[in-house]
Amino acid sequence: MVSVNEGLLVGLVLTNLFYLATGRLGTYVKLFIVQTLLVSFFGLVVNQGYLSTRVIILSVIGLVIKAFVFPALLTKSIRTAKLKREIQPLVGFGTSLFIGILMFGLSSWLGSRMPMPVEASSRLVVPVVFFTVFTGLFLIISRSKAITEVISYLVLENGIYLFGISFVKEAPMLAELGVLLDVTVAIFVMGIVIRHLRTEFESLDVNKLSTLKDWGV
Amino acid sequence: MIASLMLLPVVAAILVFFIKRQSWSKRILVSTSVIHLTLVLVSWNKPSPAIFNGWFAIDKVGLLFLTIVSILFLTASIYSLGYLVRSTEPRAGKSDSAFVACLLLFLATMTMVTACQQFELLWVAIEATTLASAPLIYFHRNQHSLEATWKYLIICSVSIALALLGNFFLSISISSLPGVASVSSDSLSGHGSMVLSELLKRVPALESSQIVWLRTSFVFLFVGYGTKMGLAPLHTWLPDAHSEAPSLVSSLLSGASLNCAFLGILRAFQVCGAAHQAQFAQTILVSFGLFSLAFAAVFIVRQNDFKRLLAYSSVEHMGLLSIGVGLGGTGVFASMFHAVNHSLTKAMLFLLAGNLLHVYGSKSIQLVRGAFKVVPYTALLWFLGLFAISGLPPFGTFVSEFLLLKTAFDQGRYFVAAAILFFLAVVFVGMASAFLKIVMGPAPEQISVKHSKSAEHLFLIVPPVLLIIPTLVFGIYIPPFLKQALETVARLFGGI
Repeated sequence: MVSVNEGLLVGLVLTNLFYLATGRLGTYVKLFIVQTLLVSFFGLVVNQGYLSTRVIILSVIGLVIKAFVFPALLTKSIRTAKLKREIQPLVGFGTSLFIGILMFGLSSWLGSRMPMPVEASSRLVVPVVFFTVFTGLFLIISRSKAITEVISYLVLENGIYLFGISFVKEAPMLAELGVLLDVTVAIFVMGIVIRHLRTEFESLDVNKLSTLKDWGV
Repeated sequence: MIASLMLLPVVAAILVFFIKRQSWSKRILVSTSVIHLTLVLVSWNKPSPAIFNGWFAIDKVGLLFLTIVSILFLTASIYSLGYLVRSTEPRAGKSDSAFVACLLLFLATMTMVTACQQFELLWVAIEATTLASAPLIYFHRNQHSLEATWKYLIICSVSIALALLGNFFLSISISSLPGVASVSSDSLSGHGSMVLSELLKRVPALESSQIVWLRTSFVFLFVGYGTKMGLAPLHTWLPDAHSEAPSLVSSLLSGASLNCAFLGILRAFQVCGAAHQAQFAQTILVSFGLFSLAFAAVFIVRQNDFKRLLAYSSVEHMGLLSIGVGLGGTGVFASMFHAVNHSLTKAMLFLLAGNLLHVYGSKSIQLVRGAFKVVPYTALLWFLGLFAISGLPPFGTFVSEFLLLKTAFDQGRYFVAAAILFFLAVVFVGMASAFLKIVMGPAPEQISVKHSKSAEHLFLIVPPVLLIIPTLVFGIYIPPFLKQALETVARLFGGI
């Protein structure tokens, strides 16, 4: 099954690059769904030897929340905000893509520097985890819409989740449910704040959130 | 016992949320905080047993931080009796019950942080403190508070997500190599438990390939929790959130929740120490601590907003705490003692800042003048607070900062000592000039007498007084029970 694993991981790399290259908010949401499906499926493939109830319950709950509930919420707020795309990202799409490739190189290097003490299903996992985390961080810094920031946070979260589901096989269920609960509540709270942002600032551009600073510069 | 400490505020929050009556929500808030503090004080005498497979247990460091949280929460809830009556900003008829409910949940999550022994749950609890406190920052419902809330949510959530990755790395580092026998024969298969006591038993025998993961894990945990703790350069959310939140929330954020994040770092440090990696972790702690001091000093000197001034002062003091633990030895004792003193002092100052803000309607140091003539009690306490926060005698902060410096000198780390002294001096000049401008001089004419009367309401003056008394006492005399507790805690982290 090595080939399926690696195919899924390559898919994840491609979705990350796609994130960097696009500016359409609708595409971001679709990419997020694809990425979540890839990660969840990867989790099932990796753990197929011992599909415990724990793995199944967690995957199902995670999948429902992340692939259905979050996208629905995001689409709704994109629609009500009448937004279509990132109009002025701080870093252009071409440059972003180039930085993305650099980040992938860095991730591969990090992966080679940090050999797994446990048996890994694929040597690609650690680089892909780092690449996904870096992509999320880079998107947060370089994009300017509040909704994009939330999606970037979710990308980052997907990267971390990929690591967790591939290696941390005996983590207690309660802890993982707690993590999932926290992320869900975070998204809901962010959603509420986004709604208020729209009415207060009449915009979801986080660059306009700059009234609070020192020395009035 | 532990269960009741954590569940009490949750139950109270649910009650408040559903009853929705102003008078009831206040009664519930104050009585919950009184019961909570009583239970905490009882735990000092009678250690409560661990529950849930040892996932929750209150050790000495947890108890110390929990006591700070509980005391600050009590004073904040007394303050709220005076504060919520006179809402200065139009709040569109919104009831305060959601606010009070979130306040209680904030207490519940902070209690959980102090009682958590399992690393992944600790992460859940720390992230939960962010989520419970985000609505509190948005209390005033204006653009500024909204902006602050957004930054707080995004910056803290993202960085705490990195701490989750750190937790996973930690779990990888303790999992045994395939085919290689590890320390304890019963844990050969796969991943070990992430409970602190288990980890401490396991990590001393890690091999170099596992140490790499442990170190990386510490870096990620440090970045994640360090952001929440307000260490520079990851502190950018802090001045906004602490200055825009209503003052009683600022006092809890600065005095209690920063400590909770620090506790997260301390737990990770404990594991590093057990794995003979203390030096690596200490270097990180000292460098980020010094960096925070430097950052805070620069921003304090030119600050024109007194709540932001206090927020940057928190960055400074978090830097000191980090340096103390990084120095080791007596430094850890000093750091723990400083945490107590700083929390009490900073909470008091934020409450007083709330009084000033109410009377003057401005946070600008240029506009807030002559407080001695307008609000004499607040001004007197504010003036004493200057001494307390700057580490001057006879306050407890003097003792803890002095001990910290002495440790640095004794260890021959003259550069660190000189840097601390220099930045503390710069901070003192900045703080003193701002504080004195506020209390001295003639009062602006447009200040209404009615406002100044209500700002000196009994409920708004008693809490700061309650907070300054212990710091004053600690400056002269450290009670034996506290000294003993601090020493026990210091030993946990490689101190004396």
